[in-house]
Formats: sequence, C-alpha cells, structure tokens
Amino acid sequence: MNKYINNKISGALSETYRFFAFHWEVLRRLFRPPYYGKTIWEQMDRIGVDSLSIVILVAFFTGFVLAFQIGYAMMRFGAKIYVGGIVAVSLVRELGPVLISMVFAGRVGAGITAELGAMQVSEQIDAMRALATDPLRKLVLTRIVASTLMLPVLVVIGDLIGILGGMLVGVMNLGLTASFYKSSVINSLVFNDLFSGLIKPLVFGAMISGVACYYGLNTKGGTKGVGEAVTRTVVVSSVLIFLLDAVITKLLFLLGI
Amino acid sequence: MIELIDIHKSFEGKQVLKGVSLALHDGETIVILGRSGCGKSVMLKIILRLLKQDQGTILIDSQDTTNYREEQMMPVRKRMGMLFQGAALFDSFNVGENVAYALREHTSFSEDRIRSKVAECLEFVELSGTEQLMPSELSGGMKKRVALARAMALDPVYMFYDEPTTGLDPLTSRKINQLIRKLQTERKVSSIVVTHEIANAFQVADRFVVIKDGEILLTGSASEIKGSQLKFVQDFIKGGVISDGRQ
Repeated sequence: MNKYINNKISGALSETYRFFAFHWEVLRRLFRPPYYGKTIWEQMDRIGVDSLSIVILVAFFTGFVLAFQIGYAMMRFGAKIYVGGIVAVSLVRELGPVLISMVFAGRVGAGITAELGAMQVSEQIDAMRALATDPLRKLVLTRIVASTLMLPVLVVIGDLIGILGGMLVGVMNLGLTASFYKSSVINSLVFNDLFSGLIKPLVFGAMISGVACYYGLNTKGGTKGVGEAVTRTVVVSSVLIFLLDAVITKLLFLLGI
Repeated sequence: MIELIDIHKSFEGKQVLKGVSLALHDGETIVILGRSGCGKSVMLKIILRLLKQDQGTILIDSQDTTNYREEQMMPVRKRMGMLFQGAALFDSFNVGENVAYALREHTSFSEDRIRSKVAECLEFVELSGTEQLMPSELSGGMKKRVALARAMALDPVYMFYDEPTTGLDPLTSRKINQLIRKLQTERKVSSIVVTHEIANAFQVADRFVVIKDGEILLTGSASEIKGSQLKFVQDFIKGGVISDGRQ
C-alpha cells in the first residue's frame, strides 16, 4: 500500500516537473526569433473566428437565463430595475470569462490536443524536428500566443451578447425599456469590472492552450492515446479555470480591484 | 562521417541498445539488420537526436553532438534527411507543400524557385505533377516516395531510412530501393537503412550491421554475411529471399 502511494506521489511530482519544464522551454522561445507571424495569424483565425458562433450562442443564453433568474428574484423585492446592472457585472466579472473559457477549453483545447496528438503518434512531430524545425516554436508558441490574444476578444464579444440576451428578457418579460436597461448597464460597470473581466481570459487563454499543447505533444499509444490526451486536456483545463479564477479573484480583491 | 561510440539506451528499464559502436563513411550505404523491436530505429533517432542516448558519444563530421541542445542540432539536421517508417507526411499539407516545407523554413528562395525545386524532387522520385494531391489520396508507396522527396529537398549529405519498404508490394519495394541507390550514386549521399527485410537489404547495402539483443553481432559485406556461420544470421537469411542483384 505504502509503495503504491509512494509511486503515485512520485508520478504526480515528476508529471508536474515535466509540465513546468515544458512551459519553461516554450517561454524561453518567446524572447528569441523566429516568431512565425503568419502561423500565429492563421491560428488566431482558427482559434478565434471559428469559435465565434458557439461563444455567441452560449453567451446569449447565459445572459438570457441570468436576467430571468435575477428578474424573478428581484421582482419579489420590487428591485427589478437593477437587473441590467447585476447581469452586466456578473457577466463581465465572472460568468463571461469562466463560461466562455470552459467552452474554449472544450472546443479549442480539445482540438489542439487532438491535432498535436495525432501528429505525435504518426511521427509528424519527429519529422518536423528531423526537418530542422522546432515544434515548440512552430506549433506550441504560435497556438499559445493566438489563444492568449483571442480569448479576451471572445470574452468581450460574449459579454456584449450576454448583456443583449439579458436586455431581451428585461424588455419582453420584466417591462423595462431598452434605454433604461442600457443606462443601468453603463452606470453599473466600472473600470475594475472591465479589468477583472479581461485579465482572467488572458490568463485562461495561455493556460488552456499550454495544457492542450503539453498533452498533445506527450500523447502515447495511438488513437486510444489521443482520446485519453483530449480527455485529460479538458479535465485539467476545466479544473485549472476554476482554481485560477479563485486565485485571481482573491488577488484582485486584495489589490482593491 | 558519422560515428556512434558505445551507445546505450533503455526504455522504462528495458535496455534496447547495449554499447553499440558503428561508423558511417562518406558515400557508403549501411544496412542495419535485426528483428523488429531490437533498437534499429532507435539508433537512427539517436543520431538525429530525436531521442537522447543514456550513454555514449556521437560524432557527426568530427563534431561531438552528444550534449547538443535542440537548437544546436538544427544546423546539423539540415544536412540530414530521414524517411520515416510510416512516411510521416504532414497530413494538412498537400504533396507540394510537404516537399517545399524545409525550403520555406530554411531558405530565402523565391516561390518560383521553390516550385521548381519541388518539381525537381518529385521528378527524382517519379511523381511529377502530384503537387496538389493530399497525403490521404496517396498509396503507401507514393507516400514513401513523397517523404523521400521531402527529405532530399535540402540536398542532405546523410540519409536515414527507417524500414523503407515495409508493407509495400515487391514492385514498389524495388522502386524504393532503386531510389535509395540513385541517391547514393547520383548525389553521393551517405545512408543508413534500417530494415528486417533481407531481400531488400541486399539490393542497397555496401555494408551490413546485424544487431541482436541490443548488441552488434556482425559487421561485413554481403558475401561475409552470406558466409557467416552464426545461426542467427543464417536463420535471418533463410527467412527472406536473397537477391544479389544491385539495380
């Protein structure tokens, strides 16, 4: 039993070491050319633009349901006029970054792992290295940069769509006017909300793509291994989103943001 | 010239190479023979540093690459080409883009010059006009030939072939062997061919290295191999069809 526990602990420690060593190697490359600008641009298109439809869908219904629930609760206290503000602050500070990052982990993170994993098991990564190309630079760094830049953009778009979804409920079900809802949103949001809502997806974007690339490039065991790597990416990314969300939220509160 | 000196390699406690030493001289083709899983492919990957040996020294053109980092290996790899067992073509690129890959990465050639170099490489492997095909549209033999064209695009000094004819029909195997020979004679490329197919080995080899249980059992010419009294070598030869004829 002791041996089993020791093996588990040493396995987890060496995995953690490999995970950070991998990211250290990627980070080292951030400060030295070449940068593969064209590939980063292509990845931004694949990662960002192609995710837009699912982000819009999720954000719209989140705002829609949120406004319903808040409106229902607020009506009991005669405070439905605050619905716009509460929806906006909830979405911008918390729900937008977390929910859209979860969708991003499922769509983009899983996609990156599947792609790199398939390349790994079919020796395409080795072929790339044999052709004197650095996969960490060409495949990993480009995807991390593209994800880090695009997730905040997606979250901003998602926040706006979510607020619009909430407005629909406010106007159609709660008897608010569109201009009242709009002014409630604008008056409620402050710079700190926007800062908090942007710093989180920036961190999540880097984390999700880093995790995805790590598991993709460490895929072993054929197509079964690819499936396992994808599952690991989604699970680890999802857990880390909540963990980092708690850490960032606490830090921002400590900093008064 | 490439020299491997006392190379050891193990995977998860299982020792695959136990002190292998060998030299590839300029312009020669060595065939490494051995059973599947005996560490032949590992040797190629160690030379290219796709894998790192546990112990031992590697000299490439008198340069000690033993402790080279990934970025230090890049200029060394530009002088080498590798044909992978499964071809390992980039499946999101078409044939032309696959062959052009190294040219786009490492040269400042114009697009016209790249196109003409790609056409030249594809003509060498007798696949002219296939630039627009995707890897999924190619047969096994065509994939290997495209991979060969891709590997030779930067005019390497050394070529490594990992099971180049495995899984191919005899006619396609013969074609691949001819191409390996053609690269050696026309372009003076030094090569290591890893295979367990004895008939194909005799078609391309200048020298044989037989590996058993992670150690070199025998090194010699075709006649020395055929004349060997070692049971493993004899069993190996009897297991395949011997052909002396070089093409």
